[in-house]
Amino acid sequence: MEEALNFQVIIDNFTYFMIGRYPNGPLGGLGLTMYLAVVSCVLSFFGGMILGLLSLSRYAVIRHPVNLFINAVRGIPLLMVIFWMYFLLPALMGKTVPEATTVIMGLTIFTSAYMSQIVRAGIQGIPKGQTEAAISTGLKPWQAMLYIVLPQGLRNMIPSFVNQFVSLIKDTSLAFIVGVSELTHVGTQINNRTMAFPTEIFIFIAAVYFVLCFAFTSFSRWLEGRLAWRKSI
Amino acid sequence: MLKYTFDWSIVTSGKYFEWLVSGLKVTLELSVVGIVCAFILGLLIAVLKMSHYRPVRWIATAYLEFFRNTPLLVQIFFWYFGSYKVLPAAVNEWLNSTNFEFAAAAIALTIYTSAFIAEDIRSGILSIPKEQMEAARSAGFSYLRSMQYIILPQAVRITIPPLVNQFLNLAKNSSLAMSIGVMELTYQARQVESYTFKGFEAFTAATVVYLGLSVVITALMDLYNKKVLNPQRA
Repeated sequence: MEEALNFQVIIDNFTYFMIGRYPNGPLGGLGLTMYLAVVSCVLSFFGGMILGLLSLSRYAVIRHPVNLFINAVRGIPLLMVIFWMYFLLPALMGKTVPEATTVIMGLTIFTSAYMSQIVRAGIQGIPKGQTEAAISTGLKPWQAMLYIVLPQGLRNMIPSFVNQFVSLIKDTSLAFIVGVSELTHVGTQINNRTMAFPTEIFIFIAAVYFVLCFAFTSFSRWLEGRLAWRKSI
Repeated sequence: MLKYTFDWSIVTSGKYFEWLVSGLKVTLELSVVGIVCAFILGLLIAVLKMSHYRPVRWIATAYLEFFRNTPLLVQIFFWYFGSYKVLPAAVNEWLNSTNFEFAAAAIALTIYTSAFIAEDIRSGILSIPKEQMEAARSAGFSYLRSMQYIILPQAVRITIPPLVNQFLNLAKNSSLAMSIGVMELTYQARQVESYTFKGFEAFTAATVVYLGLSVVITALMDLYNKKVLNPQRA
């Protein structure tokens, strides 16, 4: 049946949606979502950089296994990566691992594989003449990469990095499945407790994600426009 | 360090093998239903987005931005738990008479994917030089007929590779349907793990199946690129 929507449940639980039981308990809700997204983003920035550079290595022994790994990760669902972490990490570390760490590791490995493609494209977008000129001035190949190519490439990669961050924010919702109390999990929790307002709760949660992601998507478009403009002058 | 004996036989034959196969079947069903519906919906949104009327364009843009910028999992939960309050009674009745978990997942995947496909189709259409349209119109075709006979046949050829990519994304995204109890591949792998404690074998099997799917489809797409899109280069 069609029923009138009643958003009182959102107002009643607003702080719980935003920060969970913090400061009297662990951080949850939107705060935890942002924490997971930011930590995974920073880690996968470095992960993607390393994988991207290795995948362009001159040595086939390095290049091929790295590319195989990147393509394998890109070929399976994120959920699968998280499940792998969920039961591999404790086995490898020999002790139990907190769920949030499991999710961060899963998100980092998954996103690093995608970031590496951005890094790769960014580096390949810099004309070869730059590397040749750098090497002929006496720099070693790794110095040419680090001081000449990468700084120029990084600037072009920024919009894609921001887009990847948006994907990460959306992907943190999967933490729900291993029981981390981020925004989506808090939503299902409140839904289970109140029973009568699933429509209101999930519309609200979708709206929160939308505002956040749309802001960053717009920011990335603005950056893209600015970079194009800077190149044109 | 680890004391673990591998037992691959559980995932290569017997009951658990059948679970995984049935899971793969559901994954493929979801993906195929999803991609067909998402293509139709995406085509519609792409056409709306290129409309001459500003309000129509605005609606299409809102649709695209909203569904691209919210997590798929939340969309699945919305359709599964929350849609009954906003859908007409007749639709609810029909949904309840079907396999509702599957239907909710299929609806969510369709709508989510259609937003991505619409952009692929739109850039496919925009990549056709506008002289084609002008020539068609001056040859006496109406706008719709020019689209039908001149623009779309060319645009679809270009759009097929990104569409295949979306199909692969859809197949991977369908793993989220396990959260509402659709018994697809990831769900079954999890199930095998909890029944046998052979998580390594179960997840390896599922991983191999997902990888196999993407390797086969990527190979087919390369063939298509070589044979159809750039035949002169072959």
